[in-house]
Amino acid sequence: MSEHHQESFWTKYVFSQDHKWIGIQYGVTALFFMLFGFALMIVMRYQMVHAGTISPDTYNSFGAMHGTIMVFLGVVPVIVGAYGNYLVPLQIGAPDMAFPKLNMASYWCYFLGGVTMLTGFALPGGAANSGWTSYPPLANIATTGQTVWLLGMLFLIASSLLGSVNIIVTTVQLRVEGLTWMRLPFFVWAQLVTSFLLVLAFPPLQAAGIFQLMDRVVGTSFFMPSGLVVGGEVHAAAGGGSPLLWQHLFWFLAHPEVYVLILPAMGIVAEILANNIRKPLWGYSLMVKSVIFLGFMSFIVWAHHMFLTGMGQGMSMFFAITTMIISVPSVILLTCFILSLWGGSIRYNTPMLFALSFIPMFGIGGLTGLPLGLPLSDIPLHDTYYVIGHFHYVVAPGTIFAIFAGIYFWFPKITGKPLNEILGKVHFAFSFLFMNLFFMPMFFQGLAGLSRRLSDGGQSYAHAQGVIHYNDFMMYASWGLAVAQLPFIINIIMTLIKKTDENPDPNPWEATTLEWTAAPSPPVGHGNFPEIPSVYRGAYDYSVPGKDKDFIPQNEN
Amino acid sequence: MKIPYNEELRPDTGLYNAKLGIWLFLASEVMLFGALFSAYIMLRSSNPYWFDIKTILDVPLATFNTVLLISSSVTMVMSWVSLKLKDLNKFKLYLGLTLLCSFGFLIVKYFEYSAKFAHGYLPSYSTSLACYFTMTGLHVIHVIGGIVVFLYLLGPGIKMWDSEPERYTNRIEVIGLYWHFVDLVWIFLFPSLYLL
Repeated sequence: MSEHHQESFWTKYVFSQDHKWIGIQYGVTALFFMLFGFALMIVMRYQMVHAGTISPDTYNSFGAMHGTIMVFLGVVPVIVGAYGNYLVPLQIGAPDMAFPKLNMASYWCYFLGGVTMLTGFALPGGAANSGWTSYPPLANIATTGQTVWLLGMLFLIASSLLGSVNIIVTTVQLRVEGLTWMRLPFFVWAQLVTSFLLVLAFPPLQAAGIFQLMDRVVGTSFFMPSGLVVGGEVHAAAGGGSPLLWQHLFWFLAHPEVYVLILPAMGIVAEILANNIRKPLWGYSLMVKSVIFLGFMSFIVWAHHMFLTGMGQGMSMFFAITTMIISVPSVILLTCFILSLWGGSIRYNTPMLFALSFIPMFGIGGLTGLPLGLPLSDIPLHDTYYVIGHFHYVVAPGTIFAIFAGIYFWFPKITGKPLNEILGKVHFAFSFLFMNLFFMPMFFQGLAGLSRRLSDGGQSYAHAQGVIHYNDFMMYASWGLAVAQLPFIINIIMTLIKKTDENPDPNPWEATTLEWTAAPSPPVGHGNFPEIPSVYRGAYDYSVPGKDKDFIPQNEN
Repeated sequence: MKIPYNEELRPDTGLYNAKLGIWLFLASEVMLFGALFSAYIMLRSSNPYWFDIKTILDVPLATFNTVLLISSSVTMVMSWVSLKLKDLNKFKLYLGLTLLCSFGFLIVKYFEYSAKFAHGYLPSYSTSLACYFTMTGLHVIHVIGGIVVFLYLLGPGIKMWDSEPERYTNRIEVIGLYWHFVDLVWIFLFPSLYLL
């Protein structure tokens, strides 16, 4: 069999089996989905100030789809699908993923899932409108958009299963000679733990999705209680089901999903921090142990989303305790980042600015989560804007800033051309400013008791009267945030159309890990490395005393 | 470009890639069926008006099906062993028998389902029947998945035996692991739905 068969346009650019191209496909598709999810939010924010712009039903479907798109079609595909695919094989010295065909199938399942979900907007009744959590019985009796949402979800689950099995097998089986477990870059560890979460936590949601599909299509009553009255009439279903069952199955996925969002982000931040402080990460092995422990714990905290369901004090107590325990490894990770900065000669380039701001932003997101983990303080805060503020601080200036940091950092690897630093810094400064102006008022609104699902922004809601003026402010902040993304888009386009250097510097950041030191920029087509590297040292040998340069590549003896 | 450890074992893990892959896939399958069984237990134990399906399900037929599936697991192992012994004809015989048993299972299942439908016992009749149809239905989908792979490996896929016999044997081992899992799921489904 010839190994160097000629590739057609289709096999090279569309149905590619090269992990690098699949990573780019994932990244570009997901960034467009994120832009779409962002646009939905801009409309919702406008509606909250100018009630009547869109109907309450449309508002509901925008809300549900904003959440779904951002989590399942945007952030996770970027951070696992794009970053994991592109970087894991390169950082461990592998020629490709372990299963290139499955990798391609994973991307196309994701694409089909996304398109399926979006077709909901064209259906009578609009897209799914029962929240991104799709709680029954509401979701069971919702319009057809919900069925499409469920079908899309099944595709996405299949996609994530294929992708995460691939990442695990690749990491375990394809590390090059000398790359022992404790020499892995922290990013690879983060991806590995994340992939285990995806493999084990998604199937229960698949089960739940199948149940809800059965309820909606075949008329079963998995989630339908007896005697439910819909629109003044008793709903014709056998009954005897349990709405609470959905919540258990859903959050069994959706809590680990939070760590799927944050762990790879921490991996990106760790890489960029180590590179720009020019010294080893503080407590690498402690970080590895923390991230593994975090992975285990994330499976037994899910019901802290359900304190208000009346599932019982014993249950609430158990999940409150595990939630407090899981905050410990998160704090260890963050502390390691902060201690790493101590005594470093820090380079303030654009990726580093995003990575540095991740630390306090994720800190705010994490600390505001503590009151939500305890039943006593969660009950008044549940379903208010406080919750929205909390998780947006984790995901938006947290994970999305890490995504930006990664794009600025690895762009010269992918294209051979660095992004413009000035535009990058403008992008950072305004994004940072408007993110905070946008999300900070949510805490004040939530503490005042403003509920999260009001299509008029709370105009007809007594609790909201003292804090409703923030809505105007937040609408302007959301516009500011939108404008702040323009330098980023301009920067990408400008850099892409720029002429490539004859011999681009493969390692412009003077980094130590294999993707920079053993492969050209961009890496060679199929196979990544001109020759297979061997690894002789840990991932962060920066400023080793007695050496004439301040970094030693992993593949340098 | 060649992916390392596609057929040979990696020394420090003792595995080839697909074997680790299938175990991870099976781990996720355990979580899927684990969720289904947990849901079944939760729905059944919290429902005082549970419609008892033991009385309407056909235990002798299901017992026959259990025997069929367990036999197919045995012939599956035999087919893999035959390949290891380089006996292609025996391999074809045993994989053919496995295929036969799995088709037998589907045919019995078809008669069971249609008898239920004929009496009006649809999934929407009660939550217990909904559980029965959903859980056995997903299991049937897994059986069909196995059959598709068997047909491929006996049909066009068998060419690999001539070019890469080691890799072809690995494929049989991997589908065998999957098939044992499908068998195992049925061994749990049978008592939980038909007997308890």
